[in-house]
Amino acid sequence: MSLPQKEPLNLIIAGVGGQGNVLISRLIGQAMVDDGYKVTIGETYGASQRGGSVTSHVRISKDHQYGALIPEGQADIILGLEPMETLRHLALRGSPSTYVITNTRPIYPMCVATGEAEYPTLDHIQQNIDELSRKAWYVDASEIALNLGVVLLTNIVMVGALAGLKIMALKPDRFEHQLKAIFQKGKLDLNLRAFKMGLGHDFGQ
Amino acid sequence: MSGIAVNAPQTIQLLMGNEAIARGALEAGVGVAAAYPGTPSTDIIDSLADVAKDLNLYVEWSVNEKVALEVAAGASLGGVRALTAMKQLGLNVALDFLANVSLTGIKSGLVLVVCDDPGALSSTNEQDSRNIAKMFDLPLLEPATAQEAKDMTKWAFELSEQISNVCLVRSVTRISHARGNVVLGELREVSARASFDTTQKPYTTIMGGAPQYHRVLHENLTKIAQIFESSPFNGYAGPERPELLIITCGTGWLYSWEAIKMLSLQDSVGILKLGTTWPLPGELVKRHMMKAEKILVVEEVDAFLENNLKVLAVDSLPGRDRIFYGKHSGHINPFGEINTDIVIRALTNILNTKYIIRDEAYRQKATEILNRYVVFRETQFCPGCPHRGLFWALKDSLRLDGQEGVLTGDIGCYGSGVGSTGFKQLKTMHSMGSGIGVANGLGKLEQFGFKQPVLATCGDSTFFHAAIPALINGIHSKANFILLLLDNSGTAMTGFQPHPGIPMNAVGDPAPAVDIGDLCRGLGVPVEIVDPYDIEDTTQKLLNVLRHSGRPRVIISQRECSLMRARSEKPLYQMDVVAHQCQGETCGCNRFCTRVFRCPGLMWNTNTKKVEIDQAICVGCGVCVDICPQSAITRKEIR
Repeated sequence: MSLPQKEPLNLIIAGVGGQGNVLISRLIGQAMVDDGYKVTIGETYGASQRGGSVTSHVRISKDHQYGALIPEGQADIILGLEPMETLRHLALRGSPSTYVITNTRPIYPMCVATGEAEYPTLDHIQQNIDELSRKAWYVDASEIALNLGVVLLTNIVMVGALAGLKIMALKPDRFEHQLKAIFQKGKLDLNLRAFKMGLGHDFGQ
Repeated sequence: MSGIAVNAPQTIQLLMGNEAIARGALEAGVGVAAAYPGTPSTDIIDSLADVAKDLNLYVEWSVNEKVALEVAAGASLGGVRALTAMKQLGLNVALDFLANVSLTGIKSGLVLVVCDDPGALSSTNEQDSRNIAKMFDLPLLEPATAQEAKDMTKWAFELSEQISNVCLVRSVTRISHARGNVVLGELREVSARASFDTTQKPYTTIMGGAPQYHRVLHENLTKIAQIFESSPFNGYAGPERPELLIITCGTGWLYSWEAIKMLSLQDSVGILKLGTTWPLPGELVKRHMMKAEKILVVEEVDAFLENNLKVLAVDSLPGRDRIFYGKHSGHINPFGEINTDIVIRALTNILNTKYIIRDEAYRQKATEILNRYVVFRETQFCPGCPHRGLFWALKDSLRLDGQEGVLTGDIGCYGSGVGSTGFKQLKTMHSMGSGIGVANGLGKLEQFGFKQPVLATCGDSTFFHAAIPALINGIHSKANFILLLLDNSGTAMTGFQPHPGIPMNAVGDPAPAVDIGDLCRGLGVPVEIVDPYDIEDTTQKLLNVLRHSGRPRVIISQRECSLMRARSEKPLYQMDVVAHQCQGETCGCNRFCTRVFRCPGLMWNTNTKKVEIDQAICVGCGVCVDICPQSAITRKEIR
């Protein structure tokens, strides 16, 4: 099945507090609404202190409004802003047909920063993501964002990369339109550049 | 992006449930909105405050939920439509007034939105507030989508005026904090002809009339049920005679719908979806219950709908075999959240069918990977949070004091003081203002041999909300406790809303501030101010106070929330670690800075086995300098 026609299309955006997860879920959602879709977004951000796990369930349908939680095993795409969070939500909601696209830069949980627990190596994370998914793409989005001077643009780079893969019906110009609606000139240029960098990302295959 | 005040009827916006509720109020011509912040309800008033000036509304952050409801009721009695919104626990605070105003009634539309939190995602309980509607004989609406959240709120004002009473709208986290398509309606202008009719009989039941008012309330219920019979918020979809009838409301509707779709049971299972859940539209419900022998009730938290349906069945549909499934049968959990998976399990169990949610081998592998590679992200005080310094000083002073001091507390960011981020100092934590109330009790046990010092933490917003009566109580009873007022200049936990101690109101205009210190001094309590960024001085002052007992004393710890501060100011210090001074694993401090102090800005480098400052996270509060035994952490003032 080609995912752009999947009914509903279930997208999970996984990350940690402060990465702009909620913002991109809104922007993707509104872009799809403007394209005639019915969208439901469920957000889980716990006590929302910086560093906590933040997840958005984005459900996109041509005909129906869906509930705010994606059922177990029903995630079609996981867009990860942080590699361990990607693995967490793939393991919780994924299936052998789930596509994954994730940023590679870790943000360490408190117990790792204190030396009480270990953060798995990126190789281990990739190996497990590959094993649990249909196909996975890895983007050094934080590096790309840092090259633009603002690490906070990681989320926008990732949306660009997702749109570039064409595994869902997110139209780049619709998303750019959302950026134009919320950002002023200076910030807008940076965001548009970040989006285009993601969009044109070479996955090497 | 969305802007709840955009005047573009028929356009589609992707609104958060709470924004949709606010929009519904605007489409109903609401004039006054008042609330105390509380997740998951806060965004309703936040978004109305944003547009208040443009639309000539009066929006306030009230001192607590009871006052908020009274403010809204005052507006209603003065002829202006009014809204109040609160979380489930906040509703408990407002109950005394609600119990009375429900008897006397109101004038202009008065809508009370209560946002429950099934699963207690950001609460200390998950109570089902629908029981309150039944308790006080008030109409109850339960939206299932963002669109309904808007439409129901708008209609709730009409209904409220039709019956001259408060109308309750019950949302939950998965509605309030979810987004969905909303088709906008017309904005309605606020009436500018407010007045209170002094020739009317007084709004009170005190002249011996409470039972009469109560009788009228019950008659009203019959009238409301009739109105509900034709409500567009109720509806049935499914076969004429379903093998199983699901009766559901709120989030349960779409979970049930999706479960039926995933199991391809459209030909055998029907759904009666109710948006008006108290009083029940009896005729509609009976019509559908008569056509099914098996009924599954899907709802979140209590068996509210289920119990009411059973009473209706016993009263009105006697002599028929009918099996109810739901909370009592164990098919739907009566605690925690529900979801589509839970409905799928209930359906497969009742109908004796099979459905494999995930391949067992895949699920096992996934669980293995989760356990082996994925670690928990604990919540913590933010980098630079003043509470970290205060709890550190508290920990040290209690240890030095050596009398096993007991710390009680209440709701706020500092409630995390029960965990490792607050060095596990906080020993009780219940409701708003409860720390000081409990301290009143512990502080009067001397005659029973109690010798430990008693301390209570309370935030600035919480102090105004619920702690002042308890402080006055302690002064009058000469209770032996220390009140630690953690003043971080705002209601930080819910997004920095102002409170009466802040010189600004909900819409950003200057407002008179009540000084916490002056207020306490005015009550005759000794007050000491400390800076939680200065650990040494704070520890010393706490020790001094711990050694004097016999009556309440107040210590105010003053530092603005670091997240709020970061919005307008630069960091205080550039922080660094002098690598050769950090002894790492050989120091003997056993990674004191990262393992015990636990600031997210400090990172243990597993390669060098030394501490580092994470410059992306550190906000330069400078506090960690004082905890390193080797003075390896340095701070340089930023000018």
